[in-house]
Amino acid sequence: MKLKRALGAMSATALTALWSVPASAAWTLNLREGVTELSREIYGLHMLILWICVVIAVAVFSVMIYSIATFRKSKGAVSASFSHNTTAEVVWTLIPVMILVGMAIPAARTLVKIENTSGSELTIKVTGYQWKWQYDYVDDGVSYFSTLAQASNEARQLDSGIDVNKVENYLLDVDNPLVVPVNKKVRVLVTAADVIHNWWVPDFGMKKDAIPGYINELWFRADKVGTYRGQCAELCGRDHGFMPIVVRVVEQAEYDSWLAGQKAARQAAAAPAAQTAAVTTNANETTALVALVANAE
Amino acid sequence: MSTTLTHGHAAVHDDHGPAKGIMRWLTTTNHKDIGTMYLIFSLVMFLTGGAMALVIRAELFMPGMQLVDPQFFNTMTTVHALIMVFGAVMPATVGLANWMIPLQIGAPDMALPRMNNLSFWLLVSAFSLLILSLFMPGGGPAAGWTLYPPLVLQTGDAFPLAIFAIHLAGASSIMGAINIIVTIMNLRAPGMGLLKMPLFVWTWLITAYLLIAVMPVFAGAVTMLLTDHFFHTTFFAAAGGGDPVLYQHIFWFFGHPEVYIMILPAFGIVSEIIPTFSRKKLFGYDAMVYATASIAFLSFIVWAHHMFVVGMPLAGEMFFMLSTMLIAVPTGVKVFNWTATMWRGSLTFEPPMLFALAFLFLFTIGGFSGLMMGIAPADFQYHDTYFIVAHFHYVLVPGAVFAIMAGVYYWLPKWTGHMYDIKLANWHFWLSTVFVNVLFFPQHFLGLAGMPRRIPDYSTQFADWNMVSSIGGFGFGLSQLLFVYIIIKCARGGAKASDRVWEGAYNHGLEWTVPSPAPYHTFEDAPVVK
Repeated sequence: MKLKRALGAMSATALTALWSVPASAAWTLNLREGVTELSREIYGLHMLILWICVVIAVAVFSVMIYSIATFRKSKGAVSASFSHNTTAEVVWTLIPVMILVGMAIPAARTLVKIENTSGSELTIKVTGYQWKWQYDYVDDGVSYFSTLAQASNEARQLDSGIDVNKVENYLLDVDNPLVVPVNKKVRVLVTAADVIHNWWVPDFGMKKDAIPGYINELWFRADKVGTYRGQCAELCGRDHGFMPIVVRVVEQAEYDSWLAGQKAARQAAAAPAAQTAAVTTNANETTALVALVANAE
Repeated sequence: MSTTLTHGHAAVHDDHGPAKGIMRWLTTTNHKDIGTMYLIFSLVMFLTGGAMALVIRAELFMPGMQLVDPQFFNTMTTVHALIMVFGAVMPATVGLANWMIPLQIGAPDMALPRMNNLSFWLLVSAFSLLILSLFMPGGGPAAGWTLYPPLVLQTGDAFPLAIFAIHLAGASSIMGAINIIVTIMNLRAPGMGLLKMPLFVWTWLITAYLLIAVMPVFAGAVTMLLTDHFFHTTFFAAAGGGDPVLYQHIFWFFGHPEVYIMILPAFGIVSEIIPTFSRKKLFGYDAMVYATASIAFLSFIVWAHHMFVVGMPLAGEMFFMLSTMLIAVPTGVKVFNWTATMWRGSLTFEPPMLFALAFLFLFTIGGFSGLMMGIAPADFQYHDTYFIVAHFHYVLVPGAVFAIMAGVYYWLPKWTGHMYDIKLANWHFWLSTVFVNVLFFPQHFLGLAGMPRRIPDYSTQFADWNMVSSIGGFGFGLSQLLFVYIIIKCARGGAKASDRVWEGAYNHGLEWTVPSPAPYHTFEDAPVVK
């Protein structure tokens, strides 16, 4: 009795230990629910179909296992001679049809919602390049590139000698993340400049191909502040595995100040550039003038 | 009179014996020789493609890049798939068809024996080109086996080689398909009506029609790639008024039926084996034939479910979602019929039956994940993740490949005249079945956790299941060496196999009425089927 209890305690500790390791989300088994209405609906659909499949599987596999266990020649089973049963065949054709209709109805409903990008409050254009992303806040004139973070990039080189387990968010970190406000319907226009890429953030439940010459749409409304990570999901060449997506979902106020900061930085960067341009033009004119004078002489 | 006839017959027989040496194999028009060559070729390709898979699994064993350059990694995923699809699975089923269709329908040979020879040697040329492309400047093809433009147009000198390899393999497949259709339509023994044909013959007949329908489509698509690359056409380049998505539509119009080209003959093999070892007739023969035909028909109207995230209009997504879900119905019918065949049978578990049973369970798992992916909204999460990789490997490895192995273990004694080492074959079965699940089941978890496919390195959160999967990969790969050993051992000798070979094979096909090993020429006089 004592031994039993001790063993029980030990296995409980072992189990706890086993389950505490995956604090870093290792040994993950299932889809995540995500932080948008769509991602939760998709998760719900996923679980619905999964359970339907599990139930059917248990039923069908039970019959198979029962047959294998029971109708053995070694147990003296003698084979029957039937090879048709119309009733059974009609039943196992019609029941799947009904189950499928039951799945198709909620699926169609979600699909309609996914494709409805109307009423968005913010539009961002995403352009895929080999191998980085460009984000354009089309209404605000803010635009920048987002590439793999330096630490990950150094560690991922062949035989870099760097322990990737020590790199924070290895391969899922970027220099300039996308920033969006919480609880706003964000419409993302997805396109590409060279080959086909795919913009995917699992927590938003959405991915869309970024295709040169096409502008695809997707939308999300994140309802939880946080940092969400995704990856390019369409083979796009050598560094396909190294162009992650990071989205920071922030409060509206923080978003506003971030956007203002971006605009100010752009103006600051643009001003000296404009000056340089002006100087160059002047210099050119001077040269032309000198040339003219020289010719005249 | 009758003595003279027999004598004359024997003389003719001698004349038509196999030539000696290498010329026998180069010039043979014998369906058995060609079948053997297809099967050996397929086995060699299976090991080659498998070695590439092991490069992939070795790099993915741990996070961080340890072994290969990312570009070479992409080449491995691309060429692994091309070899396994066009070099291993398809030629294996063609090899089985060459050997077994004439034996099962009571024909003396294939209807077009010279074309048969040509189609085999074209295939060898095709794969010589593909392997050669690995050594070209710029590396081998690395844009995925789907060869999507614009990425595929960035391929170096390997590009034309890969395209011509596909052209040749396609031509070979079309010839093989024509041959099979003509043979089945014209050379059936008297009394063998269409609805009396063995299921393997039926599934191959339907497969052959699929091949003829879609192979030219694929050839057209890759030809357009070729002209886009070399002759400045812009079929698939948006900048020139073309459309990169058009390629995907054409490709998958070929690609989805292609999936069934690989699995329908497997259905046929399993439909032969389960009745034999259940000592019972196949349950619902007619339903099986109609289910196969409806799967083939549906395969033409579901292609865009490979492209749910490409930006299709809602109506398109809806149509392809619903048509895809429909496939579950005839596929379900098949699984239920196999189960009903075992019901109240008298089962024994020789290696062919073991593999067929593993097929039954594991293919069904692949079917379930396929149904899940058919639900378009959910596919927005699954698409291009390891969930997809897990799905199609479940239907192709413990699906198609296990069925082919079941077929080999079923008919090998008939081919060689020897019974193979059953104990070793059981070992091969259990090792393969355990490791194939260790290899592919965790990939479902990886995909759901968010790991994209075709990446050479991954975030540390995916480390654990990748390690498990890699261990399974090496286990599965090494187990296949046992398969090779068993076959070689059986070809060289072993206990004499009886003509019927399997106790349950009685009344399960004409192939069990000829001697073991099957003589070089069989059914020179057509048998009569009652």
